[in-house]
Amino acid sequence: MLQYLEELGQISQLAWAVILGIFSGKTKIKLTLEQIVKIGYESIPLALAASAFVGMVFALQVATEFVKFGAGKYVGGIMSIAMARELGPALAGIVIAARVAASITAEIGTMKVTEQIEALQALGTNPVRYLVIPRFIACALMLPVLTIASDVVGFLGGYLVGIFVIHINPVEYMETARSMLTMWDVWGGLIKTVVFGMLIAIIACYRGLTTKGGAKGVGEATTSSVVTALITIFVVNYFLSIAFFK
Amino acid sequence: MIKLNNLTKYFGEKKVLQGVNLDIPDGESLAVIGPSGCGKSTLLRLILRIEEPTSGSVLINGRDISRLDEDQLIAVREKIGMVFQSGALFDSLTVFENVAFALREHSKLSEREIARVVREKLKMVELEGTETLMPDELSGGMQKRVGIARALAFDPSIILYDEPTTGLDPITSVNIENLMVKLSRELKSTSVVVTHVMQTVYKTAERVVMLHEGRFIEVGTPEEAQKARDPIVRKFVTGGKE
Repeated sequence: MLQYLEELGQISQLAWAVILGIFSGKTKIKLTLEQIVKIGYESIPLALAASAFVGMVFALQVATEFVKFGAGKYVGGIMSIAMARELGPALAGIVIAARVAASITAEIGTMKVTEQIEALQALGTNPVRYLVIPRFIACALMLPVLTIASDVVGFLGGYLVGIFVIHINPVEYMETARSMLTMWDVWGGLIKTVVFGMLIAIIACYRGLTTKGGAKGVGEATTSSVVTALITIFVVNYFLSIAFFK
Repeated sequence: MIKLNNLTKYFGEKKVLQGVNLDIPDGESLAVIGPSGCGKSTLLRLILRIEEPTSGSVLINGRDISRLDEDQLIAVREKIGMVFQSGALFDSLTVFENVAFALREHSKLSEREIARVVREKLKMVELEGTETLMPDELSGGMQKRVGIARALAFDPSIILYDEPTTGLDPITSVNIENLMVKLSRELKSTSVVVTHVMQTVYKTAERVVMLHEGRFIEVGTPEEAQKARDPIVRKFVTGGKE
């Protein structure tokens, strides 16, 4: 318990250092752009594939049951709300947590165990500014972008299954989506992902910076990073959903 | 001038440094010897303030580095070059980018001027033509030399060497030792060499201290180290053969 609280304190300290660093105006633009490409752009195929298939299977299950009760026309509305509020943000968060948190921790952890972090310091460079802030900004910016793409692709996946497999009326699918989905559903989902992005980046960087030992230590830190990031996203998502949509 | 004042460092229960005092005058080549894990590398990290001391202070040219803000600390670190045991080259950057790193981060030199400085430093360590290579394409000795070139970027007045010849073959070790002596002579820099390789001490140091159980034992010159009467020093210097 004491160790858990100590870690929480250290993670908070790192987050505070990042916030101070960002507001001090010394953000490294080139490194941040590199991370935006690495974290955001390169995650697009995985995020879209996951969203398309989750959207399709979700529509399949929902539409099959709704049609039985004569409520098939509401599938579009349910799909749009589910994607915007929960599935889009959660899928983007999971993809980034799995793919990017692992990559960040492995990279920074390897730098730690090979003395590269100390070399940065010795050369007068602050590792938080050089390594953490660019990843933090990239995660916080790109997760909402991935979420928008996930929302659209998941919704369209549901459309294809609904129309061509369950044979729902396409006009009704789009019309109920238009009438049931509010802008707050979309904004709420996007705000959640900004929080997810910041949490994933801080957890992954913290695990990297505190890596000990050699290759084994890097492996353990990477696993721990992904597990911690995923659990954090699930828990935080629940409370943010209550706060935003209840 | 580097001055350690009652410097103490604990890692939990482990007492690595117990109130040590040491003066290293400008231009001196000091070797700190001692068995692996005794805290020699920690000493270098404290001098650079990569580690914070438990108590005591480190003064560089009269300034207590624990009281410096980030910008002041960067200015001090620019005047200190650190050569790491593992080389610690940035493995995602080329040799050129490694040597240019601090110049790009902290100087206003143009890319052309940076390229000139990088070539000059690589020439000093006899590694011309390796600019485009990645660290994993270099041998251990070459990595050490690139690490030295990187440490020299700002013409430091102090160079810290952490086990510069450990793990290298005898010929490469001699090349690195020759390079260290050459740099000391050309740059007139203060050097602190942390090592457990006595050959490196004899070749590069003017004065030797031994770190034993968190305290320094003043050994003297390398010649005096070879004739040391202190049983702890004697055992270390002779490798336990006497």
